[in-house]
Amino acid sequence: MPLLEIENLSVDFETRAGGLFRAVDRVSLKVEPREIVSVVGESGSGKSVAMLAVMGLLPKTARVTADRLAFEGENLLGLTPAARRKLVGKDIAMIFQEPMSSLNPCFTVGFQIGEALATHLGMGRAARRARAIELLEQVGIPSPESRLSAFPHQLSGGMSQRVMIAMAIACSPKLLIADEPSTALDVTIQAQILDLLVRLRDEKDMALVLITHDMGVVAETAERVVVQYAGRQVEEATTVDLFRDPHHPYTAALLAALPERATEKRLPAIPGVVPGQWDRLEGCMFAPRCDFATPLCSTTRPSRAAPELGYALCHTPLVAGRPTERTARREELPA
Amino acid sequence: MLAFVLRRIALTVPTLFALSFLTFVAIRLVPGDPIEVRRGERGISPERLEFFRHELGLDQPVWKQFLDYIWGLMHGDFGVSIISQDSVLREFLTLFPATLELSLFAMLFAVVFGVPFGVLAAVKRGSVFDHGLMGVALFGYSMPVFWWGLLLVLFFSVTLDLTPVSGRIDLLYYFEPVTGFMTVDSLLSGQEGAFSSALSHLVLPAIVLGTIPLAAIARMTRSSMLEVLEEDYVRTARAKGLSPFRVIGLHALRNALIPVVTTIGLQGGTMLAGAVLTETIFAWPGVGKWLIESIFRRDYPALQGGVLLISTLLVLVNMTVDILNAVINPRIRHGR
Repeated sequence: MPLLEIENLSVDFETRAGGLFRAVDRVSLKVEPREIVSVVGESGSGKSVAMLAVMGLLPKTARVTADRLAFEGENLLGLTPAARRKLVGKDIAMIFQEPMSSLNPCFTVGFQIGEALATHLGMGRAARRARAIELLEQVGIPSPESRLSAFPHQLSGGMSQRVMIAMAIACSPKLLIADEPSTALDVTIQAQILDLLVRLRDEKDMALVLITHDMGVVAETAERVVVQYAGRQVEEATTVDLFRDPHHPYTAALLAALPERATEKRLPAIPGVVPGQWDRLEGCMFAPRCDFATPLCSTTRPSRAAPELGYALCHTPLVAGRPTERTARREELPA
Repeated sequence: MLAFVLRRIALTVPTLFALSFLTFVAIRLVPGDPIEVRRGERGISPERLEFFRHELGLDQPVWKQFLDYIWGLMHGDFGVSIISQDSVLREFLTLFPATLELSLFAMLFAVVFGVPFGVLAAVKRGSVFDHGLMGVALFGYSMPVFWWGLLLVLFFSVTLDLTPVSGRIDLLYYFEPVTGFMTVDSLLSGQEGAFSSALSHLVLPAIVLGTIPLAAIARMTRSSMLEVLEEDYVRTARAKGLSPFRVIGLHALRNALIPVVTTIGLQGGTMLAGAVLTETIFAWPGVGKWLIESIFRRDYPALQGGVLLISTLLVLVNMTVDILNAVINPRIRHGR
């Protein structure tokens, strides 16, 4: 049984103007136990929002709908808030992009780690302290005992993220969602944090969902990748397959923008920006920025391609960098 | 921490000096002096006038009077009240507990209602409750104290006959002051009904004096809370699976309280000095009423000493606020 099953998850936000803004549009994802899945996309692609929906952390203005949103077979959307809080922070944990501001400045590291232990495991004071020291050791914080009484402002960014990870794994979760865990950190620290996450996955038997915009991070850590664009899932494949032969033009463009892959003097970039709230398109969201776009792309929403084509959401999925004709789909269209 | 406190105390000296000077000059700029006010319409002979002037030192040049006054202060002498012929310091200390007791109860009222209301309004932002509460708070903040006091007296004391109109306790009870706090002294006296009488005398003045701070605290708590609720660490707290009560009441509120404590301190300071209207309406024998009377009687020493003592207290309250903030907020404590 998959650990996490998401089928056609959509998130709409009520806007001030009274309309709805669809931040996540029918995204599906399955995460198996012990698996590392990466969700990739640039800012505004809805990757964080989808995962916050899993955690139940979205504001009240968000409307979450899904055909299925289940953790270990249990329907998350059917749970009462209290029942959901028993899962969140215990079996599913999450760490965030800005470690410095994600820790409460008014409480010590020891208190903040101990809180989850007291809430979910009902541990006493001495047991919490011992466990907190053990956790800080596991995430590679030197002299953990003296760090327990430290306040967040006394920690560096990398240290803060380690503390966040220690907090998240406190109750030995089965799934850890890491939302751009290394983006705000120095490059050297980034690698350390990613190594730590992968090591913890191995030691703790937990699955890891890694949200990132960095294809380099994906290549180094993930086993499977989901690429999101403007709230839609445009491609899904194993990391090896994705890097070898990307099928969606967006994925291909992202990979081409990697410095390691650049062949010319000037690093290729994707022109334009992700469509925002006011310029949502009828057809493919990527059409205006796509090198392979046809007139059809801007008028008609593409359907999913076959699994061997990475479920690419494209009228003409790429094979070996060249668009293919999906004649079957074309025939369905009126002339 | 100790160095921090000592430095703050040293910094207050110039402030207090300037304040003494201003009070000293201002009251002398007001037409009429203590003798003229006492003389009344009947008048006295010029010889007697000179005699009194000389006796009070008012025939000296003003700079000399000021130096004498400062010299006295440096020796702990706040002067002698012209009216009561009693030491200003002693008179102040007799009256101050009444003002302090009233202020404490008013502040208790303001905090106990202001903080939870502010939190609720922030959590239910945009709701009818939020808009209603903030409207009422604005109303309370803008209400003239004397009018609000009279309204309450009219309704609760006159119409409903629930509370006494004025004073600190029923005339039925008498006991020697121990702490100067009527609520405490009445308990210590052991007289039946004394405590509830003292308390019922306190209710209305405390509400009147506490209304403006209540409104200020509720609004400050709301805006501070709204800001804090958007913070990343609140999301972290929720991601831990903590109950909403704990997330809001502990993680958010602790951070939101920092500006609120400052507001409480500032309002508290103003209360001590500004209970004048409330004390006058309810015939509350406190410092505010005494200061007002001193102005009317041109009781120079009482006014100078009283203002100086009140401002010293205000400075101390502000310092306490700073220290309290350091206790709540570790970043201030560690000097960052």
